[in-house]
Amino acid sequence: MVGYKFCEKLVAKFEPGTYSLTVFGEEPRPAYDRVHLSEFFSGKSADDLLMAPANWYADNNIILHTGDPVKEINREQKTILSHKGLTIEYDYLVLATGSAAFVPPIPGVDKKGVFLYRTIEDLEMMTAHASKVKRGAVIGGGLLGLEAAKAMIDLGVTDTHVIEFAPRLMPRQIDDSGSKILQSKLETLGLTIFTNKNTSSITGDESITGMQFSDGTSIDVDMLVISAGIKPRDELAKAAGLETGPRGGIVVNEKMQTTDETIFAIGECALFNGMIYGLVAPGYEMADVVVATLSAAEKAFAGFDMSTKLKLIGVDVASFGDPFVPAADCRTVVFEDTMKGVYKRINISTDGKYLLGGVLIGDAAAYNMLLQTTKNKVALPENPEDILLGSRGGDAPQGAGVAGLPADAVICSCEGITKGAICSAVEAGNETLDSIKKCTKAATCCGGCAPMVKDIITYTLKSQGKYIRNVVCEHFNYSRQELYDLIRIKKIKSYDDVLDELGHGDGCEVCKPVVASILASLWNEMILVKGNDTAQDSNDRYLANIQKGGTYSVVPRIPGGEITPEKLIVIGEVAKKYNLYTKITGGQRIDLFGAHVSDLPAIWEELIAAGFESGHAYGKALRTVKSCVGSTWCRFGLHDSVSFAIQIEERYRGLRAPHKIKSAVSGCIRECAEAQSKDFGIIATERGWNLYVGGNGGSKPQHAILLAADLDSETCIKYIDRFLMFYIKTADPLTRTATWLNKLEGGMDYLRNVVINDSLVINAELEAEMQSLVDNYKCEWKEVVDNPELRKRFNHFVNAPEEKDPSIQFEGMRDQKKAAGW
Amino acid sequence: MWLAFIFKFSNYHIFKLPLLTTYKTNTMSSTTTLTEVHWFFACKTDDVPLNGGVCVKYKEEQIALFHFSRREEWYATQNMCPHKHQMALSRGMIGTQNGEPKVACPFHKKTFSLEDGRCLSDEAECSLKTYPVKIEEDRVYIGFYGGFDKLSVANV
Repeated sequence: MVGYKFCEKLVAKFEPGTYSLTVFGEEPRPAYDRVHLSEFFSGKSADDLLMAPANWYADNNIILHTGDPVKEINREQKTILSHKGLTIEYDYLVLATGSAAFVPPIPGVDKKGVFLYRTIEDLEMMTAHASKVKRGAVIGGGLLGLEAAKAMIDLGVTDTHVIEFAPRLMPRQIDDSGSKILQSKLETLGLTIFTNKNTSSITGDESITGMQFSDGTSIDVDMLVISAGIKPRDELAKAAGLETGPRGGIVVNEKMQTTDETIFAIGECALFNGMIYGLVAPGYEMADVVVATLSAAEKAFAGFDMSTKLKLIGVDVASFGDPFVPAADCRTVVFEDTMKGVYKRINISTDGKYLLGGVLIGDAAAYNMLLQTTKNKVALPENPEDILLGSRGGDAPQGAGVAGLPADAVICSCEGITKGAICSAVEAGNETLDSIKKCTKAATCCGGCAPMVKDIITYTLKSQGKYIRNVVCEHFNYSRQELYDLIRIKKIKSYDDVLDELGHGDGCEVCKPVVASILASLWNEMILVKGNDTAQDSNDRYLANIQKGGTYSVVPRIPGGEITPEKLIVIGEVAKKYNLYTKITGGQRIDLFGAHVSDLPAIWEELIAAGFESGHAYGKALRTVKSCVGSTWCRFGLHDSVSFAIQIEERYRGLRAPHKIKSAVSGCIRECAEAQSKDFGIIATERGWNLYVGGNGGSKPQHAILLAADLDSETCIKYIDRFLMFYIKTADPLTRTATWLNKLEGGMDYLRNVVINDSLVINAELEAEMQSLVDNYKCEWKEVVDNPELRKRFNHFVNAPEEKDPSIQFEGMRDQKKAAGW
Repeated sequence: MWLAFIFKFSNYHIFKLPLLTTYKTNTMSSTTTLTEVHWFFACKTDDVPLNGGVCVKYKEEQIALFHFSRREEWYATQNMCPHKHQMALSRGMIGTQNGEPKVACPFHKKTFSLEDGRCLSDEAECSLKTYPVKIEEDRVYIGFYGGFDKLSVANV
């Protein structure tokens, strides 16, 4: 990988034709992505894992020899000799020989069924063997060892053990407590984990059958993967007389030069300051240093941050900065939750100002932010624990956030991309993650920084003054609120005119009902005229609710739930005549189901003649104002809740809104009408009415919040006028008042300020608009019944108006009927 | 698959006449051929709401007929939504998606192309059968294939 990166960077830096580059590789295929090696098991092919296709090398005039390792370096002659006998001259030689798996000298490691976890070939052999066995083990509880264990589970080796020599898992990355949490999480996933365990021999005749440990215990296994660390591949360098470290590794200086200044070493084979860097990001940085040196630029390798974040068998594990600062040199904040398997530790400088490092297990969502805070020495908030736990109560968390990072903060450490580079790319017009990936390469390697890159895109767009809008659909480049205002100012009355003046194209099922609802909320005209009929949602278009099978249900308005015996009889007679199923609704009304579309006008003609009107059960409109019986009958009732409910329902009947609106009035605090679960609810008090707003039932029930207390009836209605109008003007499509209020910046305090204190100075306007809607109310079913042209639309067959849909079928149930199932 | 192209004649329009009709041979004029279009009179143009649909009864079948007046186009499809087998598409809202005309079923808002009938909101959903439409003066005709109108052209 590092060798390939060197080629990529060299090609980018030098003009074609000014150099020649020859690459020798030991493996049979070009460089591939070892970081994602485990994905080989989840279905990625060897080709998917290639860093670049084989023809990339040819396209860039690089001569590639695969399956042909270099055997010998002649430093005198400046030539190399390959295994296949090629001799090539060089001016500069770069060794990116990487590392090999370290195989501990345990008797029996050569038995069948013992594998390494390093190359695609290793994985192919493992796969073939695993299909035959059920019990396996991994020696090594480090990062790769745990990945190997996961690979074994995926291969069907259900009984998998992890054997770690050290007292804890991942001893180089995380501390004791973190390891314990990780261990218990991994155990729940089916791994058996031994720490402090030293393997003394591998038993079995030809093939492995078990493992013997130095403490006298043993286990039976049919397969073993060794992942006990790495050994730098320095044999070629050693043979050429270059200096190597006592425990392996080619010694390099800050320019990645070996003791021969024309020979460089990069990646896992290089030993810098006594340290091997076993991650891909520092390897890339080393490649960059060599390319810079070759182009006579000044660049030095200065060590590298070894922070990592990964998902191990579904468990987040991360360490950043220095996870092991001695206790005397720092203060620590630790959060541990053994219930959920979460462990977080941060090390803070003794003055409490800076973050030095830390460990995250189980939940590493904060990793990027914490890493950046550490690397850039961002000042910590007053209570440093807030960055770990989030601030509890009070205002939103302070400090940490992409806005607080300096421009040179490295966001993508694999590719070395800074926040500044991403911001400039966004400013140049790359406003999506995909285009940022293409033009900066950020988030293309491990992908761990992708969420942060997204945040930076949003942050940059916002700081450019770009307003990230919630547009209605492809036909309107406006939000609902903008459309509402524009339609009002331009006084447009039909969907087609709105589309002509404010939109483009031919509309769709998303914008049609939104615009139709806005038109109804603004002008309250009959919804089926001016070509607006076909812009209505189907229920509004037929002024009834479509039900299973294609029949409709009919809900006459019964204000406050109060109904005379005469009207009850009419409903019963109509239901009998048209063979309708009847049921009491949750809103104290009666629903009549199973009406054929062609019967709807006749049904309504009879209902209207008896004094009923539309209940708007089909519309995003005021539905019902429920009430308890109140002071007229109830011995606890404080006021006449039924009369007030009827007054309110008759005031707002037919009012169309972004979503349905429900209401209720209770006569005392016993709250029998359940007013606090409504979009607006009223409860009688000793001194008047309490008005609650923003409640709803549904999938996410929410209680309404008290807007104002002890109001007289007139003030109560005035506040409701303002509240409803403000909601209608500003809510997104299909947003109930509860959701709208939750999203409203400033929440209830803000709403109270608008509705009661008139902070926006719009209340006179809101009241006038509501009054005009109230004055324009007409029963839309009466208009249909009286208009032959409109009635004509209520037929199933255009060419056989007297016939009903023959596909409609009913079944009997409890002396009534129900729709046949679908 | 229908190929959507429009013939314009002096006094009538044919919408979406399928390419297959060009295979019709003159020698078979007296008998019904596989590919011969039978034009069924559905209704008058002003029986259909502007930018909306109606349901047409043809033998035992239900056809959804749409007048996309904004685009000066007519379309016909089966009336049954393949999702839950409801006879409802003629009551659906019509519109466009990236310029392609479509209808949304009133039940669950699955959308289908009016041009070739394929489901636009769910690749796994079945396609709608579509039919050519012809307008002569103020009369709307839907085209069926003699004796074989139960078969979709794609299957023929």
